[in-house]
Amino acid sequence: MYTPELGKPGAAAPVSRRGEARAFVAAVAARVAADEFIEPKDWMPEAYRRTLIRQISQHAHSEIVGMLPEGNWISRAPSLRRKAVLLAKVQDEGGHGLYLYCAAETLGASRDEMTEALLAGKAKYSTIFNYPTLTWADIGAIGWLVDGAAIMNQVPLQRTSYGPYARAMVRVCKEESFHQRQGFEIMMAMANGTPEQKEMAQDALNRWWWPSLMMFGPPDADSPNSAQGFRWRIKRDSNDDLRQKFVDITTPQAEFLGLTVPDADLRWDADRGHYDFGAIDWEEFYAVVRGEGPVAKERMEARREAWEDGAWVREAADAYEAKRQARAAA
Amino acid sequence: MSKDWPLWEVFVRMRGGLSHKHVGSVHAPDGELAVRHARDVYTRRLEGVSLWVVKSADIVASDPAQAGPLFEPAESKVYRHPTFYDIPDVVKHI
Ligand SMILES: [Fe+2]
Ligand SMILES: [Fe+2]
Repeated sequence: MYTPELGKPGAAAPVSRRGEARAFVAAVAARVAADEFIEPKDWMPEAYRRTLIRQISQHAHSEIVGMLPEGNWISRAPSLRRKAVLLAKVQDEGGHGLYLYCAAETLGASRDEMTEALLAGKAKYSTIFNYPTLTWADIGAIGWLVDGAAIMNQVPLQRTSYGPYARAMVRVCKEESFHQRQGFEIMMAMANGTPEQKEMAQDALNRWWWPSLMMFGPPDADSPNSAQGFRWRIKRDSNDDLRQKFVDITTPQAEFLGLTVPDADLRWDADRGHYDFGAIDWEEFYAVVRGEGPVAKERMEARREAWEDGAWVREAADAYEAKRQARAAA
Repeated sequence: MSKDWPLWEVFVRMRGGLSHKHVGSVHAPDGELAVRHARDVYTRRLEGVSLWVVKSADIVASDPAQAGPLFEPAESKVYRHPTFYDIPDVVKHI
């Protein structure tokens, strides 16, 4: 069940730090290896729980912050149709955040603490959302590339070992496909529009291409935690494999649009059966991870403002419930 | 945790004729708002025709560590299944 009250760490099994615990760890590892799912009330190693809370809450924060780059174009969408679509897409991202917060809560994390960590700027989220959305074409590029990369990261997680996380991913993946298609549709319209529109589309591709490749995380050689992630089945494909897959799928799509991928080294390698591509600027990636992204500060300010602006609604709901309870008691 | 609104488990009936199925949870100060939140979070694409919300704290669950002894009696009673009984092929409609 989906409740921290039921899923308190160690509630179900004796946890003596040594012998028994080691036996339990081995048992959990065996279940994970057998493609079984771990559920909230099951005993699980503390490191597994902590790693999952970190990964799921960061994923949730990414969905929530991910609403901002697109949200600021809702009022400027070029038509009512585009506006309705973008609104629905952004609302979905909010939903994704909520599914994921729920999953993290089944591990004993509190919603309040996660929200506070985000607003205090202490929580990490995907680096991609700290880049600005300068023109309407960026909305197309985000749907096409950023949601495209997110889908590629998320599809394997539908079979991740922690049940609530896997189930959240199933819902998320079902909804993501429309996000990517509406983005590509915007790109098609722009690429086939006036020369200025096509230029905007190309400019958006130029700015979003490399940050999208960075979404798959550091090169395998520099991902020290990957091995543990594979063993626990909270990671299912390597960063470099997914990145290669993304380049292979996306490059022909860019060609279809008549746009140029901003990489002079990009070429088809018939022997490998893959595209070769240029070196990624990992310095930029780590700078954005450290919070030096172009609009990192604005993003957190927007989150805090939204939280504070909504305070009166939360207070009103609390007051209403208190009054209702007082009446029921009288 | 103190400031969090209570947690509610959400159940959705996909369509008439099916039972409600657990889909996730929401925070809300009361049941009525929990239903509204559940509608926004879990039924944006015609996923259901009916919603139930139940306070998470009110759910009593079995202990997974005791799943073995709890469900073993069912496992050992194979004669509860029709395939346990050998009936010659010549006998029809049974
Ligand atoms: Fe999403
Ligand atoms: Fe999305």
